[in-house]
Amino acid sequence: MPKKELETANRPDNTAFTQQRLPAWQPILSAGIVIPGFVLIGLAFIGIGVALFLTSRNITVLEMDYTGVETTSDCYKCSAGTLPNCVCNLYFTLNETFPGTVYFYYGLSNYFQSYRKFGASRDDNQLSGDTYYFTSPLAVCTPYQYDVNNNPIVPCGISANSMFNDTFNLYQLVNGSKTVPLDGRGIAWWSDYNIKFRNPTSDPLRNAFNGTVKPPFWSKPVFELDLTDKSNNGFLNQDFLVWMRRAALPNFRKLYRRITGPDYASGLPPGNYTIEIAYNYPVMSFNGRKKVVLSNVSWMGGKNDFLGVAYLVVGSLCIVMSMVMLIVYAKFKFPDDV
Amino acid sequence: MFIGALFTTAKETRSVLKYNSSRTSRSSTLIWKLQQEKEHSLGWSKTTTSDNWQRAAMPCPSPLTLLRDSLRGQREHEKDLRILVSNLPYEGLPKTKQPNRYFPGNAVKTTKYSLWFFIPMNLYEQFHRFANLYFVGLAVLNFVPAVEAFQPEVAIVPICVMLALTALKDGWEDCRRFRSDRRINHTSCRVYSRKVSGFVERHWKDVRVGDLVEVASNEIIPADLLLLHTSDLNGVCHIETASLDGETNLKRRLVVPGLNTQDSSFEPQNFHCTVAVEKPNDNLNQFKGYIETSDMKRLGFGIDSLLPRGCTVRNTDLATGFVVYTGHYVWLESLPSVPLFLTPGSHGHMDSNPLSGLYMFFTMIILLQIFIPISLYVSIEMVKMGQIFFITNDVDLYEEKTDSRVQCRALNIPEDLGNIHYVFSDKTGTLTENKMVFRRCSVTGTEYSHNENAIRLAVLGGTDETEEDVIFHQSPVPSRTGWTLEDDQEPEAVQQSQEGQQPHSGGGHHRNKETGNAQGKAAFSSPLETEVVPDRKLLQRVLAGGGDWDGCGGIRRCEATDLYLDFFLALTVCNTVVVSTATTARAQRQRARGRPSPSLFQSPGEVLQTALQKMFVFSRLCHTLSSWQPMTEDLDTDHNSGCHHSAAGDQTSHSSTQGHQSTSEIDISAQRCYVAESPDEAALVHAAKVYGFMLIARTPNSVKVRLPHGVELNYQVLDTLNFDPHRKRMSVVLRHPISGEIVMYTKGADYTVMELLDFERSQKNVAASTQRHLNWYAKEGLHTLCFAKKVLSESAYKNWSLLRQEALAAIDNREELLMETAVNLEKQLTLLGATGIEDRLQECVPDTVMALREAGVRLWVLTGDKAETAINIAHASRLLDQEDLVIHMNTDDKAVCKSILDRSLEEGRRHTRPGYPGLSIGLVIDGHTLDMALQSDLVDRFLELARLCRSVLCCRVTPLQKSTVVKVVRERLKVMTLAVGDGANDVNMIQAADVGIGISGQEGMQAVMASDFSISCFKHMKKLLLVHGHWCNSRLSNMAIYFFYKNVTYVNLLFWYQFFCGFSGTSMIDIWLLIFFNLFFTSTPPIMFGVMDRDVSAETLLGLPELYRTGHESEGYSHFTFWIAMLDAFYQSLVCFFIPYLTYQGTDIDIYTFGSSMNTVSLFNILLHLAIEIKSWTLVHWVTMLGSVALYFTVTLVYSATCISCNPPSDPYWTTQQQMSEPIFYLVCVITTVVALLPRFTYRVLSNTLAPTPLIRARHLERLDPAIREQWIKEWRGFRGGPQGGRSYQKQTQEQEPSRITPTLSITNNHLGTPTRSAVRHHHNVEL
Repeated sequence: MPKKELETANRPDNTAFTQQRLPAWQPILSAGIVIPGFVLIGLAFIGIGVALFLTSRNITVLEMDYTGVETTSDCYKCSAGTLPNCVCNLYFTLNETFPGTVYFYYGLSNYFQSYRKFGASRDDNQLSGDTYYFTSPLAVCTPYQYDVNNNPIVPCGISANSMFNDTFNLYQLVNGSKTVPLDGRGIAWWSDYNIKFRNPTSDPLRNAFNGTVKPPFWSKPVFELDLTDKSNNGFLNQDFLVWMRRAALPNFRKLYRRITGPDYASGLPPGNYTIEIAYNYPVMSFNGRKKVVLSNVSWMGGKNDFLGVAYLVVGSLCIVMSMVMLIVYAKFKFPDDV
Repeated sequence: MFIGALFTTAKETRSVLKYNSSRTSRSSTLIWKLQQEKEHSLGWSKTTTSDNWQRAAMPCPSPLTLLRDSLRGQREHEKDLRILVSNLPYEGLPKTKQPNRYFPGNAVKTTKYSLWFFIPMNLYEQFHRFANLYFVGLAVLNFVPAVEAFQPEVAIVPICVMLALTALKDGWEDCRRFRSDRRINHTSCRVYSRKVSGFVERHWKDVRVGDLVEVASNEIIPADLLLLHTSDLNGVCHIETASLDGETNLKRRLVVPGLNTQDSSFEPQNFHCTVAVEKPNDNLNQFKGYIETSDMKRLGFGIDSLLPRGCTVRNTDLATGFVVYTGHYVWLESLPSVPLFLTPGSHGHMDSNPLSGLYMFFTMIILLQIFIPISLYVSIEMVKMGQIFFITNDVDLYEEKTDSRVQCRALNIPEDLGNIHYVFSDKTGTLTENKMVFRRCSVTGTEYSHNENAIRLAVLGGTDETEEDVIFHQSPVPSRTGWTLEDDQEPEAVQQSQEGQQPHSGGGHHRNKETGNAQGKAAFSSPLETEVVPDRKLLQRVLAGGGDWDGCGGIRRCEATDLYLDFFLALTVCNTVVVSTATTARAQRQRARGRPSPSLFQSPGEVLQTALQKMFVFSRLCHTLSSWQPMTEDLDTDHNSGCHHSAAGDQTSHSSTQGHQSTSEIDISAQRCYVAESPDEAALVHAAKVYGFMLIARTPNSVKVRLPHGVELNYQVLDTLNFDPHRKRMSVVLRHPISGEIVMYTKGADYTVMELLDFERSQKNVAASTQRHLNWYAKEGLHTLCFAKKVLSESAYKNWSLLRQEALAAIDNREELLMETAVNLEKQLTLLGATGIEDRLQECVPDTVMALREAGVRLWVLTGDKAETAINIAHASRLLDQEDLVIHMNTDDKAVCKSILDRSLEEGRRHTRPGYPGLSIGLVIDGHTLDMALQSDLVDRFLELARLCRSVLCCRVTPLQKSTVVKVVRERLKVMTLAVGDGANDVNMIQAADVGIGISGQEGMQAVMASDFSISCFKHMKKLLLVHGHWCNSRLSNMAIYFFYKNVTYVNLLFWYQFFCGFSGTSMIDIWLLIFFNLFFTSTPPIMFGVMDRDVSAETLLGLPELYRTGHESEGYSHFTFWIAMLDAFYQSLVCFFIPYLTYQGTDIDIYTFGSSMNTVSLFNILLHLAIEIKSWTLVHWVTMLGSVALYFTVTLVYSATCISCNPPSDPYWTTQQQMSEPIFYLVCVITTVVALLPRFTYRVLSNTLAPTPLIRARHLERLDPAIREQWIKEWRGFRGGPQGGRSYQKQTQEQEPSRITPTLSITNNHLGTPTRSAVRHHHNVEL
């Protein structure tokens, strides 16, 4: 009937939604109902905590500072930065086997790779092999965009220019010194190596870099970073890739090599070792520290006691809380509490 | 299409300005100017005319002509006077030849934007908001390399999203307006066409100035018409202006005086006059002009001859008018435009808002991150819109009778509804129905109690005595016989009544449910409400004299009967009631709104007979229905609709006369209805009718009355002195048709009439006893009116008439002069009598008042009525209880006023001491006294006293006082105030209060227009405040607090990272993800939380009004919760940052992997935090929560898989994938979330268990079995002194301790002779 429609044209729809009567689950948080939750969480956390803690305990880490601050250090001589091509040695002794695949890291402290300007000062177009940007790098690269002769710098920017350039060789001291082979393959992210960073397509590689100059702090141009392995040059150099992935925190370590040599695949046997360091990278000016870290890894990554302890603590706290709730519940329960 | 119109408007305004400035130099008298312009224009139009005839064949005018033409057009517009001629001679000519072509068309355009310019115009509009400019400014700042924090492109994304959202919404709204415009523009109407020599259908938009338009009854007027002809012989056309000003009474319009179109059949083709009118102005009541006929005679006209666009023609079969203005230019646009997005802080009372503290903090956050406040800003607006959607869609707040739902005019204050401390209410029309029922009268000092009528009303209403005890249930079950009886009636009546009932059958059930409640609603469902059972004694008295009234003889015969005759004549004629001959269409309309009531239209003899029968029937009826037999046909009708109130009441329920019909009633048999401006006039006319005095017709100059025994007299109306609020009375000056005597009848408020009596005569006794009766009436809560008369000598009238004419002709201070002449005439009156009219409470008012009182809301009633009437209503509506201590303040002396205040304060403090079983205090204060109490030296005391009082009645206050009171309370006590009213006199008050509520009732739309919310009856306040107010308030404050928490948590995350990036402003989270996080990933759940969360169900909130108090405490509470939330936010951000930090510390983790873990952790943390806060989980909640998580992972994974080097320097490529492949990531997520939320979770659990808030207790109650729940609720309310338990408790204490019985403090210093007995209805006083 049209008239009826007219008369109630303004009548709101009587639906559960518009009348705010949608069926709803209305939990009331009260002591009674949270007890099982606390117990369950507590037990689970304690379980996880124990597992994490034990795993972490099984990881061996060896950290050695080689900045050369102390006069006793062999690297003291190099730390002043006055000697060119200064080489120093770092000796250490393993009393028992360093188990598993050993990862060789270099570590830097008080080094702000996360500084805004530092991170911004790079040209991703160059790094993805776009030769146009070889001749005219982005302005964000300043002051490492062009050199004094107005030649474009490739790779440009602070990030690239400050690449870590100490090199390490590890020797086991048995009957003289025996080189421990270090494996530098696959230390960078797969995605960086295969997708994000690209070399310009030219053969030989150096042709693409005609008319450009290397970053001023570099000793070698980017296409000659690794003279032993042709494929490890240009922007696809693993050390370069590792360096260009900026660390989040000022104290960080970066993977340098893995020790996978046939004699050392299951770990470093006990004995005396020395690391021969080509000390190039100055850190004293900003009160930084350099170190070498040897570590094996587990499913949870490197050694970290914190997480295990945290889980244990929180788990126990939950158990305690459940006790408290039980008491509260017994004293203050509401009639409908179940 | 509408672009063009837009541009013209702009152009017009510009040119008007220009023209005005050039014009100011020309000074001339008005008349000279008018003449000159007219001549000019006439001359011009003549030449054009001849031009037209000559050049009709020329198809295309030269550009120069066009230019000249448009310049002329401009001038035409700008003139103060518009000279118009009929379009008919020019019909069919091209547009350029039309004489009236310069005036805009009749199409309306309410759209703000045009299709092509939408974007620039909308942006322009949006940038008017300060906040938007600010955000854009910040975004622009990012383009300055030195201060750049993000990439500039990224920084403008949030503001763009926000602008786009707003633009979308604006566009949608504009689209709706466009569609409604189109509908209006395409309505058809009839315009005269020369070709067919008759009226042809045309669209509204095609109507032009100069057209002749015909409108029929019940049609809407398409453009402003000058009335030239009507089908009525007197040249009268009635219109209803409800759509303009909301007034439903009929207004009379006259054909242009002197225009002889009425005698012959009007032929539009022969209308060759020139019409001169003012240019459109914005005053609805100001309009003047003249017609110049072909013989150069000028006929002036005013607003009386204008049929404004949008009004509806009533009671007039056909009317023809000349279009003078087209389009809508004034009133529709001047309606308060609804602000769409309000800037926070633009509303005056932001300071008292619990959010104000938050807004300050918000400013601080702006400094940290620009996009966060934008998201808050948008979210709060969206939440408010959602809340308003739900309020307006509440079916409980829908009123079927008027087909209206609650309307929100202010979109930014729904949460204020939940925090109201003081409610200021109008009485008439707000608490009461403003529908008058004649109850008693006093004639020449004798009281006629109309007991039979009272019984009838009691039966109908089911109760005055005990509200819960509804006679209803005991009354006979309605039977179908009620309807079958109608078969005896005229077929038409049957048909009508059946039709009337049919459309409402669906709603009948609804009403049935309600009827159990209280307070006789049934009386109002019944059409009988205007029917009166005559008082036996009075009827005999009237009829005793009646035999002599068959002609001229009786008039001077007996002084006593003379006065009786005069009394009823005054009742009948001293008003502005229009008798309209209802056409069928009119009747149908009536039915749509209210069912017509069959009533009597018979000879006086029959009246008596029927009346006596009725009395008889009524007395029997109450005992038994089964024995009842119809006695006469009339009685059938009557009985049916009246006494079968259950049946008739239910069946006619929605059609009942509640909404609009109190002012008019159809008389089916005679096809007549009375349309009155105020409901009491109609009530009086109906009352007089029962005694045989029937108003038959009213024309401007005469009034036709049928006296008992069927004599019809046609009185000449010499003058009408209209009612005005200063005089508070009206008078009609009549000339008796036979004797030629000139009599003035005056009707008015008792105190204004009593003062004017001529005490020289032997009237003192009459006056004294009438005054006594009036006092009784007032105490019963009746509206009182006094009637008086004055016989004028011919010469005296002539003298006065001259003065009157002068006053009417005066240009300056015409109003004052008119009033002066009225006052001059209205003196030395002879008292005729007084009447008492009842204004009934609206349904559920006591229930609503009780609920509001329990909710801790203090109620003030501000009324223009007498104290006694107000007190009575206050008792009936339970504003005051029998036990309450009532303080009366009525004095003219300020010192007395001060001492009363001091004493009352002392008394009040004594009664409201903590621990003292609450004796509620009520305050009744008079308008005079209020003025003194509000003076600066007393106002603090007064407010202090008022704060102690639970309810305050302010009587005899003016509209200005109303708003002053509201302002004082609002500003001095720093509380949230609400004002509710229905009439124009409440507008000030509504605007002064924080929240204004308009009741769309009997008295027009002004109150509604000024209000923030409009409802259709007072009872809706209960749900509006208790449920929606509470919900909106708690939802919004929870949501806002949550929002701050969320942003603080998230922003601090970035802040903590600054310690690890050398304070360089690096963000470890990719900028896009950062922006998306607030804009998309975590925005929907809080908005949904703010719109839909439901802490306690509507039923519980209504059942436990006390829960509303939580909103009152929310100010302190929310400050506390806010700081707790901030603390929590700091803690959580610390946890969210440092747990991942400690985990990844010293490893080779890169920035964006690190950030991505924190982002994920924050997401879980922020959403689960909300999960703790959400009180009820509906499907929508689940979908939004899970949807947000899903969206986050989808977007992040897709983004980090595709953004190889898209956004340098950030380097998110493959980070998420890398991270999600490591188990430690999940372990970090779990422990961080748990550690972050553990304190809040525990806090919630413990506080819910150890110290549950009332809301928590109420939520527990909801889970109980309904029966047990009832029990609990009762106990709860009883404990807090609620209505059930509380009352019995109080009564007990009274029995034990008689000394506690409420004393009434009554201090009255009364010089007016109004009653000094102020212990109204206090039984206990007697004992004291």
